[in-house]
Amino acid sequence: MKPCAPVAAKALAAFALAALAVAAPNLAADDEDETQEAEERSLTVASWGGAYARASRAAVLDPFAAETGVTVQLTDYNGGLAEVRTQVQTGHVHWDLVDFDSEDLLLGCEEGLLVPFAVEELPPAADGTPAEQDYPPGHTTECGSAMLFFSFVVAYRSDSFPGEPPTRLADFFDLEAFPGRRGLERKPKVNLEMALMADGVAREDVYATLSTPAGMDRAFAKLDVIKPHIVWWQTGAQPPQLLADREVAMTTAPNGRIFNARFLEQQPFEVIWDGHVLNSGGFGIVAGTRNLDAARALVEYSARPEVMGRLSAYIAYSPTRFSSPTAPKHLATGTPMPEHLPTSPAHRATALAFDINWWADNGDELNERFLAWLAQ
Amino acid sequence: MTTAAASIPAGIALDKDARQQRRARIWATTLTLPLVAFIGVTFLAPLGSMLTRSVHDPLVADTVPATIEALRTWDGSTVPAPDAFAALAQELKAARQERTIGQLATRVNRVAGGMRSIITRTGRKLARVEPPAPAPGEEAPDQSDFWKNALLEAEDAWAEPTSWLAIQRAGERYTGRHYLHALDLDRDPAGDIVRREPMQRIYVALLVRTLLVSVGITGLCLLLGYPLAYFIAHAPLNRANLLLLLVLVPFWTSLLVRTTSWIVLLQSQGVLNDIMVALGILADENRLAMIYNMTGTFVAMTHVLLPFMVLPVYSVMRSIPASHMSAAASLGASFPRAFWRVYWPQTLPGVGAGALLVFILSIGYYITPALVGGRTGQLISNMIAYHMQSSLNWPLAAALGGILLACVAVLYLLYDRLVGVERMKLG
Repeated sequence: MKPCAPVAAKALAAFALAALAVAAPNLAADDEDETQEAEERSLTVASWGGAYARASRAAVLDPFAAETGVTVQLTDYNGGLAEVRTQVQTGHVHWDLVDFDSEDLLLGCEEGLLVPFAVEELPPAADGTPAEQDYPPGHTTECGSAMLFFSFVVAYRSDSFPGEPPTRLADFFDLEAFPGRRGLERKPKVNLEMALMADGVAREDVYATLSTPAGMDRAFAKLDVIKPHIVWWQTGAQPPQLLADREVAMTTAPNGRIFNARFLEQQPFEVIWDGHVLNSGGFGIVAGTRNLDAARALVEYSARPEVMGRLSAYIAYSPTRFSSPTAPKHLATGTPMPEHLPTSPAHRATALAFDINWWADNGDELNERFLAWLAQ
Repeated sequence: MTTAAASIPAGIALDKDARQQRRARIWATTLTLPLVAFIGVTFLAPLGSMLTRSVHDPLVADTVPATIEALRTWDGSTVPAPDAFAALAQELKAARQERTIGQLATRVNRVAGGMRSIITRTGRKLARVEPPAPAPGEEAPDQSDFWKNALLEAEDAWAEPTSWLAIQRAGERYTGRHYLHALDLDRDPAGDIVRREPMQRIYVALLVRTLLVSVGITGLCLLLGYPLAYFIAHAPLNRANLLLLLVLVPFWTSLLVRTTSWIVLLQSQGVLNDIMVALGILADENRLAMIYNMTGTFVAMTHVLLPFMVLPVYSVMRSIPASHMSAAASLGASFPRAFWRVYWPQTLPGVGAGALLVFILSIGYYITPALVGGRTGQLISNMIAYHMQSSLNWPLAAALGGILLACVAVLYLLYDRLVGVERMKLG
């Protein structure tokens, strides 16, 4: 046993050293001012990737870097609050801002995961109208305001239907007249609304109907009609890909992704604007960011009416502020833009405004019911 | 030792011996401390914290403590007394100021859908409401009725006992609610345990499915792994090593690579379908759906878990002397009889170890079903992941995990009773 003792002592010493080595970076963290200063010049933004991220970089982030010297690193995420929540709760915040959809922006704000940023603090319109009067009601939160409108539309391959093409939302659920697989997002939201509208519920009654058990059953029954033919997608980049690969004949999709596939990649896609579901999105600053000033500067910059409108020159999403001008033409292809924007007068007339509050209230229950339905 | 004991008084020698032994024991224990600490920090602490979460949910109780206290004497079926209104109104006002009202609303909303917006709207409206200041020199009057009116004015829902019931239920510091939910049960307004609406029942069916799938995969692994192990164990050494390598290479390959290669093989435009169409076995429009369903989950998981069956069975087979089978044969037993009576019983410790390993691994598997399971091939672990990542309902995820853990524990004890864990051999 004797020779063991020094060995054990050595092992212990080695363990202690290893422990110190692990702890050392934390001890040294206090004098990291220099790196922190370097980080001040760079922001990490979580965004949706693909065509949208490229557009947002060209329209907003690169000009912002040119003006302020703060570069922006984009990292992809797929919506939801899980990562933000983990970062805030563990105190390791490495996303400074997140490009949220309206529901996550609201819920993240209410959960205390985001830095308060009142709409009153945003720059006024060019004619001096204060910012709070320049946004449509319901698209501002205490932690940030929406900067773009996007829509979930039905898109189809024009060569899938050589005869009469589909024109109405109801055609999406009509497998006899328009055979072929359908792409839907693997979530209840938007799908249930579309199912009801296709079943003949007026747009203004959709959420009232969904609030009743009978209305809910009706929506699921409508989805049952196409259930065996559904291909479920989970990220916004998938639906144009599914269409391009002929995996589906028709799919729901964010309208901007379809626009880009159609005009930048010359895909034979068409959009049905009947009963599209209009939603909004915007930046939220993650609570605990080390670059609060730069982050606030980016939010302020992106909310300037002229900056906000610039995005529509790159992708078919519209600005939220009344005073914000939309681009007349798509910069890369010269396509006239207004007729492809979700908020053009013609498209507004057929839009259902997505009800964030309704989903925030009923989402838990509905998600469970949806998952149960899915597994059947 | 004996000569030393002869020259030294026996007591002292024993004493010295015992001291030496004790010191050795202390050293040995000290050496295990880092390991114990490691297991504690990386395994037991997170496990304990998760399991605690499934029954301990103090957020609501901490945010509106006075309300919960005021509701303690409430009968649960009428509108509560004004002091409960006063407590809730003031606490909601404070929670809004501290920006904790959203978390509160989310928790209560999980008990009763719709409460989230009622609570946040009430908070917003109350922010502008101030009680009348008492006249100077006078004692502050009772403001309960003022707050009651303010709350009722803000939202009609506060006239409904069900709204208060939701707050009371969500305010339980220690609760079995999440376990009830995980078993598709709920409490009705009277407090009795009832089953959920048929459309909301998912977890029990999913748990049963997970157990059945795990049993099925264990069976398949045994069916495929046992002959393979037998073959390797009785092959000439150089060939056995090569075969073993073929078992081990997939074992060392990334799980994601193995799973995605099954996608390449099995998908409708995949290798297998292409071959069958090319050979004329299948028509082009009748391609088989072998992935993104339960078949995909079964095939991919069996492949991924097969080495966990082959390796223990193989190592046990290697330790069985060849003479046993020869002896049985020389006593007149046919091969099947000799195999069944002599060989098979000796491999049982390996089979038990392999089966237990495969079963326990597959019961908690989630990456493979998530990738190849599609709509119908999802297991309970995918639901846990959903509640961890998407719905952020961590207490429910913890309760589901707790139930899974209990299932494994019960099956392990059952195994111990039937087969005996001490007979298990990993090699």
